[in-house]
Amino acid sequence: MSILVDKTSRIVVQGITGKEGSFHTMQMLEYGTRVVAGVTPGKGGQKFENKVPIFNTVKEAVQKTKANVSIIFVPPAFAADAIYEAADAGIATVVCISEGIPAMDMLKVYHYLKNTRTRLIGPNCPGIISPGKCKVGIMPGFIHREGKVGIISRSGTLTYEAVDQISRVGLGQSTCIGIGGDPVIGTRFIDALELFKNDKETRAVVLIGEIGGTAEEEAAQWIKKYFKKPVVAFIAGQTAPPGRRMGHAGAIISGGKGTAAEKMKALKRAGIHVCKSPADIGKTVAGILKKS
Amino acid sequence: MNIHEYQAKEILRTYQVDVPRGKVAFTPEEAEWNARELGGQVFVVKAQIHAGGRGKGGGVKIARTLPEVKSFASQMLGMKLVTHQTGPQGKMVQRLLIEEGIDILKELYLGIVLDRSVSKLVFMASTEGGMEIEKVAAEKPQAIIKEYVDPQVGMQTFQARKIAFGLGLSGDQIKNAVNFILSLYQAFVETDASLAEINPLVITRDGRVLALDAKMNFDDSALFRHPDILEMRDLHEEDPLEIEASKFKLNYIKLDGDVGCMVNGAGLAMATMDIIKLAGSMPANFLDVGGGANVETVKNGFKIILSDANVKAVLINIFGGIVRCDRVAQGIIEAAQSVKIHVPMVIRLAGTNAKEAADLLRQSKMHFEVAETLQEAAKKVVQILH
Repeated sequence: MSILVDKTSRIVVQGITGKEGSFHTMQMLEYGTRVVAGVTPGKGGQKFENKVPIFNTVKEAVQKTKANVSIIFVPPAFAADAIYEAADAGIATVVCISEGIPAMDMLKVYHYLKNTRTRLIGPNCPGIISPGKCKVGIMPGFIHREGKVGIISRSGTLTYEAVDQISRVGLGQSTCIGIGGDPVIGTRFIDALELFKNDKETRAVVLIGEIGGTAEEEAAQWIKKYFKKPVVAFIAGQTAPPGRRMGHAGAIISGGKGTAAEKMKALKRAGIHVCKSPADIGKTVAGILKKS
Repeated sequence: MNIHEYQAKEILRTYQVDVPRGKVAFTPEEAEWNARELGGQVFVVKAQIHAGGRGKGGGVKIARTLPEVKSFASQMLGMKLVTHQTGPQGKMVQRLLIEEGIDILKELYLGIVLDRSVSKLVFMASTEGGMEIEKVAAEKPQAIIKEYVDPQVGMQTFQARKIAFGLGLSGDQIKNAVNFILSLYQAFVETDASLAEINPLVITRDGRVLALDAKMNFDDSALFRHPDILEMRDLHEEDPLEIEASKFKLNYIKLDGDVGCMVNGAGLAMATMDIIKLAGSMPANFLDVGGGANVETVKNGFKIILSDANVKAVLINIFGGIVRCDRVAQGIIEAAQSVKIHVPMVIRLAGTNAKEAADLLRQSKMHFEVAETLQEAAKKVVQILH
């Protein structure tokens, strides 16, 4: 099993004819993902690479192809609109890759989606992959292996580093979710943990956080109460100075809040295995799964 | 993006948020001229830097005559103002705000931030005006009034009233405070602000409610729709290397250590800094070269890192996903030929085509240390330094 996406997922790519969209659609198809439709307003009726039908609207794509997962590659100024359109068409899972969406737009999107059946992953994220089954994102597929470790991360390349370590110690991943590096995101650590909780295949979860906000502290509280599977965590930004935005819009220590030290302390207190070094993630997971 | 107090007040004024009359001055003569225009008996001369705590550092002075305004202005312009937020090196004062004096009855606090745990904007208010809200939150959390805004309907009048009554206001003060709060919300949302802090918010003896100080930050992701705010950027307030890096679309932040780093991705860049510290050194910078690391970005990255005189060694850590490592290696080799690299370098390339990349680096016969894992890379760079 896996969560969110699997072999039956039918993907529609919003912004399929753009530079990013077309490149990653090819990569997803190569991985074996069922990309059933693309959307680029004005290009309806054409075909992407003679394979994937393109539609003018998401609604039409859903009606004609039964797409149920969307991935968004449109520029940040138009990304909120693309999310609304996917939700309106009844898409169950929307993965938004776009980076740089204004926070004020995302606030409205977040609360709008609460009254729909749509789950948003991201924005500003690498996407989701259930290794060997389905890749809805921009991560390099070949570093992943099918397995029992679930990964939830606010980062992109740091997630690849963790995946690579886990694959190298001979383990694999059930599903990896990049939840995104922005202050307002559709799916938080707790939401993703809840999904892993009910997934029988997932035996342990790796949580990769970073400075800024209090999502890791909230996750720690929740894990202590409701999550029985072992959790390994790493928090990036132990050396980050306060008041500076470290690349991601959400990675900033403000008013003395959101430091790595605080987060690590909260996670430890909840009984989570916290790695001080990013090089120890694979080892730590292997050690725990061997014992259990 | 940050702006100065006087700029924040100019923005607030356009949204009918009540602020004292005043104007920016760049010279002592201009300061005196502004004061003459204002008229009245009391003037405030305020140093404009992007940091709080200016009053305690000597950056805010009350003047009673025009010559006094001029003399304070000449003292302040060009001085290094040191506050608890500037660090020991301080910040050079190059602009002043000349304001009318205000007859203050009460000093309060009012701020708006994004509360990420509920994805809502939240108003925070307290009767402890002039005090830092973080300090109030730590010492007297019950003294902070919070009002969350539903983004689908916006700030409501009853919420503004709740804050006003909560602050112990009465009579005309209530009506004025409600108008102030609603206008401030409007200004915040329409300018895509990420923070607004009115500290202190003052009540005058005649019942006016106004922003004696004003701090506003803006969402960098939304600046594309606010060219007027982008124009307010003051490059003097930023690190020259960071400005240079931003021209190349590189995400660079200067730090105090001696190991320069170049990494793709913000999370991995932070993790690389962390492992350098764990290995026994300190990072000289944060540098995210982004998803499309090519010869140009690598070259520019080198230039920026090496312009920092503290850098004694460089660690390059690239996890190739979509980016192919052999391309990055080629970029490093080419860059090393055109940019003079005078410090030792450790390179770790993992992911797509990592093996081909390692071969390329070896064949180049240049003095690179190559590492396979993150752990090994950090160890090697620290060994070189010690």
